[in-house]
Amino acid sequence: MAALTSTATERETPSLMRRFGAYLYNHPNLSLILLLLLPLGWLLIVYLGSIGALLVQSFFSIDDFSGRIIREFSLRTYQDLFTQAHFDIFLRTAIMAAAVTIAAAIIAFPLAYYMARFANNRTRGILYLLVMVPLWSSYLVRVYAWKLILADEGIITWAFSAVGLRGVLDAVLAIPLIGGRTLSFSFIGMFLVFVYIWLPYMILPINAALERVPKSLIEASSDLGAPPGYTFRKVILPLAIPGVVAGSIFTFSLTLGDYIIPQIIGNSSFFIGGAVYSYQGTAGNIPLAAAFTVVPIVIMIVYLMIAKRLGAFDAL
Amino acid sequence: MTQRASWPLRLATIGAILFLHFPIFVIFLYAFTTEESAFTFPPPGLTTSWFGVIAGREDFWRALGMSLQVAAIATTLAILLGTLIALATYRRSFFGRDAISLLVVLPIALPGIVSGIALRSSISLLGVDFSIWTIIIGHATFCIVTVYNNVIARLRRTSNSIVEASSDLGASNWQTFRHVILPNIATALLAGGMLAFALSFDEIIVTTFTAGQQQTLPIWIFSQLTRPRDRPVTNVAAIIVVLTTIIPIYLAYRFTQSTRET
Repeated sequence: MAALTSTATERETPSLMRRFGAYLYNHPNLSLILLLLLPLGWLLIVYLGSIGALLVQSFFSIDDFSGRIIREFSLRTYQDLFTQAHFDIFLRTAIMAAAVTIAAAIIAFPLAYYMARFANNRTRGILYLLVMVPLWSSYLVRVYAWKLILADEGIITWAFSAVGLRGVLDAVLAIPLIGGRTLSFSFIGMFLVFVYIWLPYMILPINAALERVPKSLIEASSDLGAPPGYTFRKVILPLAIPGVVAGSIFTFSLTLGDYIIPQIIGNSSFFIGGAVYSYQGTAGNIPLAAAFTVVPIVIMIVYLMIAKRLGAFDAL
Repeated sequence: MTQRASWPLRLATIGAILFLHFPIFVIFLYAFTTEESAFTFPPPGLTTSWFGVIAGREDFWRALGMSLQVAAIATTLAILLGTLIALATYRRSFFGRDAISLLVVLPIALPGIVSGIALRSSISLLGVDFSIWTIIIGHATFCIVTVYNNVIARLRRTSNSIVEASSDLGASNWQTFRHVILPNIATALLAGGMLAFALSFDEIIVTTFTAGQQQTLPIWIFSQLTRPRDRPVTNVAAIIVVLTTIIPIYLAYRFTQSTRET
């Protein structure tokens, strides 16, 4: 009897935790706030707060004589920003980022497609590992490896000479703008390295999107008489596009902000990252560096909005 | 699979894999070269002495330890924050949900140099000294997204009726989380955590701005690249990194694979 009554009272007055749980269940907004308090606080204060403070500083200006930062609102820094020399930097960086993105998508797609559609579990596991290993091995050393590959005494020059095509390489390097003294001092070299370094970031989202394509959809398409090429274009490709866009967010943004690769490879002409780095570091001109970062921020926000339209966020 | 891949597709696949691995082969090759300041091809001679040199380099081991510590703490923070956001947003739509998903992606979508400079200028404005913790704060911020993406994808695939069944059967919120939700998202947490760890372990751009005197492994390697002597030591360091990271990725992959199919 005693046991019975005790359970009865327990039922009437559940533990505090339990009542709290029931309260939360009935007040979903409260539980939402509790869940989001910590992470949103972090992102808003640490991250958006910093970005905001940086943007505020872009409206300060620097005293030309003393080199001190004047903490008053002015648009002078933006006047300095929009000069022809800086415009060239923006354009050069954006073109490079776009070219790298397109090339990475072209190289990544067949591999991702093969992994998702044709490889058996074992092969897929091996391929996945082969894609992940470069991602894990040091970014810097991989860039440096390319310096060795592209250098005058390096493998590419050796290979071209070995098959007697040294003349072709020299002709390519003689092309103005994209050529240079050697491959490791040219835009071609830089482009190759960018594509190489960011390639896994393109492969993985495309592969994820392709793996989500239901097999029944492909079977239905062929049952209804579509040849494989038609199924690919009308069924598989549209479903893979969000993956490509998701990958392009990485390749585009990473190229936009990188300042290491142009430092190690390339002909020392400035990219956005390098310009920001030198303005904030050696020049000590934080306002101009801050104003400089506004450009990639605006580019990326526009890019992200388009990406969201295309459904890329679900494929990240 | 009834059809086989066409040969151009196979060729493109093999080509992409070779492209991805050729530089890694080069790194391995030059770890054994006898030259200490140049890298001619083919190498004039081979030696294993660089492996002995690195064993005695205390700065390398210190940097490796620093990187492991930063990555471990940043990943833990990212797992906590990313999971909380995923739990809050997966089921209900509410005002501002899209803004939250954008906010999570932003630290990785914006170029690293922007985040780096922004964090650096706020840290110095606040008068905080640069330390391992300023590095960790930066890393945790951009690692949240990988955990969030993995967990939310899993939660969307998990039927909500099991959560309701659990509370109908009298489980408390914590019990439901511990015994129903957590086992369902465990492998997603693992996969997201591995990616976050990888991201942090290899990061240099934000780290350059948020570090004081501390050297993480990438910063050590960068400082090493400008030194004219002992160059193959960097290659040996890279080999150690590659070899010690292949195993956990592979395990994480196997782990997520086996549950995906059931």
